[in-house]
Amino acid sequence: MVKSRPKFVMFLIRLFAPITRAYRAYVTSPKTRKLRKYGPPILLLSPSIILVGIFVYTLIGRSISMSMTDSYTFAQMVGAVPTETVWFDNYVTLLTSENFLHSLQNLLLYTVVFIAGTLVMGFIWAWALDRRSRAEGIFRSLYLFPMAVSSVAAGVVWRWLLNANQGNQASGLNRLFQNIGLGFLQNGWTTNVTFGITAIALPAIWQMSGYVMALFLAGFRGISDDMREAARVDGASEWQLYRHVLFPQLSPIALSALIILGHMSLKVFDLVVAVTDKHFYPTQVPAITMYNYMNAGNYAMASAVGVILLVIIAIFIVPYLIHVGKEAK
Amino acid sequence: MRPRKIIAALAGAALVLSMAACTKDPVVDPTGDPGAATGQLEIFSWWTAGSEALGLAELVKVLNDKYPDITFVNNGASTGGGSGKDVLQTRMAAGQPPDSFQVHAGAEAQDYITAKQLEDVSYLYSEFKLNDVFPTDLVDMLTKDGKIYTIPSNVHRSNVVWASIAALEKAGLSTTDAYYDSIDSFIAALDKAKAAGIEFPLAIGTTWCQVHLLETVLMADLTPAQYRGLFDGTTDWRGAEVKKALDHFAKLMSYTNADRGDLDWEPALVKVLDANAVFTVMGDWTPAALDARNLKEGVDWLWAPSPGTKGIYGFLADSFGLTTGGPNPAAGKAWLDVISSKEGQTGFNQVKGSIPARTDIDLSTWSNYQQGASESFKNDAIVPSIQHGAAATIAQGNDTGAAVSKFTVSPMAEANIATLQEELAKAYA
Repeated sequence: MVKSRPKFVMFLIRLFAPITRAYRAYVTSPKTRKLRKYGPPILLLSPSIILVGIFVYTLIGRSISMSMTDSYTFAQMVGAVPTETVWFDNYVTLLTSENFLHSLQNLLLYTVVFIAGTLVMGFIWAWALDRRSRAEGIFRSLYLFPMAVSSVAAGVVWRWLLNANQGNQASGLNRLFQNIGLGFLQNGWTTNVTFGITAIALPAIWQMSGYVMALFLAGFRGISDDMREAARVDGASEWQLYRHVLFPQLSPIALSALIILGHMSLKVFDLVVAVTDKHFYPTQVPAITMYNYMNAGNYAMASAVGVILLVIIAIFIVPYLIHVGKEAK
Repeated sequence: MRPRKIIAALAGAALVLSMAACTKDPVVDPTGDPGAATGQLEIFSWWTAGSEALGLAELVKVLNDKYPDITFVNNGASTGGGSGKDVLQTRMAAGQPPDSFQVHAGAEAQDYITAKQLEDVSYLYSEFKLNDVFPTDLVDMLTKDGKIYTIPSNVHRSNVVWASIAALEKAGLSTTDAYYDSIDSFIAALDKAKAAGIEFPLAIGTTWCQVHLLETVLMADLTPAQYRGLFDGTTDWRGAEVKKALDHFAKLMSYTNADRGDLDWEPALVKVLDANAVFTVMGDWTPAALDARNLKEGVDWLWAPSPGTKGIYGFLADSFGLTTGGPNPAAGKAWLDVISSKEGQTGFNQVKGSIPARTDIDLSTWSNYQQGASESFKNDAIVPSIQHGAAATIAQGNDTGAAVSKFTVSPMAEANIATLQEELAKAYA
């Protein structure tokens, strides 16, 4: 059903006719073939390239240059008092400060416990569900639910569970231990200067294990039954089947999980603040140190901490990206 | 849709937008005379919940009476120390300040003053005749190089100890007087409570509550002049008096609950109310929490100046200033007039439970605690609080918190006390 074009549209077409004609001549000319090949992709990519360039890379550059100044106060930040370049002094200050080294050590401990915990828990759950338990759907949702809870809400509950009181005034997990006859397990949780941070890993493991389970479960399901059967026919024991057939095929998934969990744990902030406090020494991590500096108007030191965090995360992620890049080729 | 309709719709939208642009012009009085103030007043205040929000509503009531042409907007976040300040700082750095904002009176305002974000309002002190009604100690403390940048709306006291009568009975201590004239006699009382079976007689919360306790111990072990000197360099943080106070602080911390890192001040207070602890040292926002539980002074609880600090008023105050380059300075001045006026300070403080900075308000119908506190405010030596921004800038406050937290989770060893003293000295250098 073709309607005749309204007068108005015809008017527009006639108005732009010279331009349309020129464009047609341009696209059909052999001289511009190269432009036609690369032009549209570049045009399509350029908005994201420009945005990422400004909001990621320019700002990273800005942080680096800020971290080399002595902009330690609000007044300097808004330009009421001049700043000077101090080059790497701020990094020296940080890396020789006992408190900052303590927060780096905390970060390392937290990362190790968190990643090991989630991988182990997630794998066990995935393995158990892969055995085709009858209520799989229910368990899968149950294990995934904690991930839907916001870190701050979970942190408030865990703050109570991780109450440090023991004996008569105990509450939370310590009280639970008493009631089930495991009183010797009571401990001060986050209040231990060195290992307090690992108590924060508990809620983090609780939150993220379900996610790792989902990853591994997908991995298990991706391995066809033929392979298992073939291995069994060849006389492989159950352990040999896992060791030589299933695990090798799960390793790419384990690697992705490692990267995802790794960069999450390096940036941990909200959970710690919710469970303890921004100034609580045993659970200081660099992201909180950065926030405290920023909060006090000390943008130079805050940027320096940020850059150090960026370098640590890059150490984690860049080899992975190179690895993925090679595989893609 | 037919093209004609699209064009009509676009034209309509453009018309509406351009009309909005015309009428949106703010009415700014260039002379800044508050009497003629109109338009919108934007402030940043963290009084957004509980008795604080009710108090703010009282202030707005006074504002609407006095300046009916002003529309009031509060864009502050609900946090006293955290993100609210960040948002404010970002706005000001971007050159879009509100007209007025809440800040703890004293050193905490210093950051804004050095950044040239606050106007000198000393002329308003004479215009509103505040010099006659604020205590001299207070005005002196607010004056920097002959200029005053903020006007306090209410005053709190930090050095107060709160005790539960049930717990005092259990511990065999005096149930009528909770004042101890020195930290040592207080420690003796805590020992007695411990012997009576109260494991942790001194209840305390997380880091900021611990800094709060530390400042009251400093007030007890130093003279008011020495204490004030800590912040202008005339008293040595590495000296023997501070050492004595830190030893006392370490000793006091050994009587406190193990879960202090997990608690805010109110759960710590609940330990006292449940008679699981006898005392807690906290500022005088405590009665609001006690009233909310229908507990009565003299029947359920007692208050006293914290041990060894009778005659000293640990001062902190909320105050407001006038921002440099605020969009509506006339409205900002109107707001300062309201918060410093007799009606404003009466309405606000009666609801919030603090006391007015003005000394010409009749408190005979106010609570017993408020009357006592106001009497002290008029007569005592006023010294600034560390934790609550009167004596310490934000950066110094952060450093203090970090040092104290590090100390209170470690064994109370001599070497750690020395580290604490050194870190405090560095924070205030």
